[in-house]
Amino acid sequence: MVKEIERAGIPVVHMCTVVPISLTVGANRIIPTVAIPYPLGNPALEASEEKTIRRKLVVSALKALETEVDGQTVFED
Amino acid sequence: MAKARVVHYINQFFAGIGGEEKADIKPQVLSDLPPISVQLNKLLGEDAEIVSCVVCGDSYFNENLDQAKTEVLALIKTTNPEFVIAGPAFNAGRYGMACGTVVQMVEKELSIKAITAMYEENPGVDVFKKDILIVRTSDSAAGMRKALPAVAKFALKCIAGETLLEPDVEGYIPRGLRVNAFTEERGSMRAVRMLVQKLKGETFKTEYPMPAFDRVPANPAVADITKAKIAIVTSGGIVPKHNPDRIESSSASKYGKYSIAGFDAISEADHETAHGGYDPVYANLDPNRVIPVDVLRDMEKSGEIGSLFDYFYTTVGNGTSVANSVKYAAEIAKDLLANNVDAVILTST
Repeated sequence: MVKEIERAGIPVVHMCTVVPISLTVGANRIIPTVAIPYPLGNPALEASEEKTIRRKLVVSALKALETEVDGQTVFED
Repeated sequence: MAKARVVHYINQFFAGIGGEEKADIKPQVLSDLPPISVQLNKLLGEDAEIVSCVVCGDSYFNENLDQAKTEVLALIKTTNPEFVIAGPAFNAGRYGMACGTVVQMVEKELSIKAITAMYEENPGVDVFKKDILIVRTSDSAAGMRKALPAVAKFALKCIAGETLLEPDVEGYIPRGLRVNAFTEERGSMRAVRMLVQKLKGETFKTEYPMPAFDRVPANPAVADITKAKIAIVTSGGIVPKHNPDRIESSSASKYGKYSIAGFDAISEADHETAHGGYDPVYANLDPNRVIPVDVLRDMEKSGEIGSLFDYFYTTVGNGTSVANSVKYAAEIAKDLLANNVDAVILTST
């Protein structure tokens, strides 16, 4: 899906936990996330802390979209 | 000859420990062989014996890759095997990734031969096919009755050190190796015949298939994210409560486009996940954990992004064919362009 959206000319950032799969399917901008059932959260935390983590990941994703990449890039924080 | 000692690697589901709610269990050795291992053991017959069954939860393995690798390797090592069989994983993505990792690691670190088995669209195939032997199976565990005998037969061949014939003949997924071989006819004859067949429009089989590279170069960066219209797309199966279009929990036959206009956040009351490939508890309690509507809405208000597009697109990535995913995404992309969306955040579980 990432590849088809990219092919259409729209910059796309893939937020996912299993980065090797993302690399295989051909995503160019990749943000590693927390866990498979809750990529953008963590039920062990308080709701507010959890949202802070989610916000941090989304900020990274937006930064990735603003960054020129040459080939597949995994944005570690 | 003594029976070859074989370790069987499987996930929590085939071990009978549990479904997605147990996908985070740590690597362990089962004291009694589970039914799948017992069956495989029977099929291995007189020449090989499963001496131990190592289990790990699919989510645990993929989320804690380095740790899981070390732990699984240690458990496999304790029984001093001569061969390792992982799976079959069919079309289960995380399981396929785990099986491929185990096989590759066992061969590299322990110098023990190993095989696995999967459906050709399992992401584990693309990642590992060049390095390991993967027996071809159908896409679901319904194909177990055929898969296990194929795995056993292939394993015995490998254990005996027999020379493997072509992938098509043996039923494994091509590794892209070129092997020299003698044939009755010389190359020029075969080439001309192939050309004639091609000219006549007949089917012919190349002796050297070209690898299909399909990479899409990255698009230029978004110039100013504070002016950009951002859309959310997900393969994590988030849908409005009660899944109005009945998107299937696995092998989805459709995708959905749903409005989030007016939502400051999504919640348990109005959204849920339709995905059958991960424990849905956390996403159902707070679907923002899969699609970050709450955060993006805040950012829209504070001017950190231009706007959040009024709709999100969703499907269930679990076991969904590549052909369908391509089709859905192509349609979604067209719609995104028609709505002047500047950039996409795509989340996967």
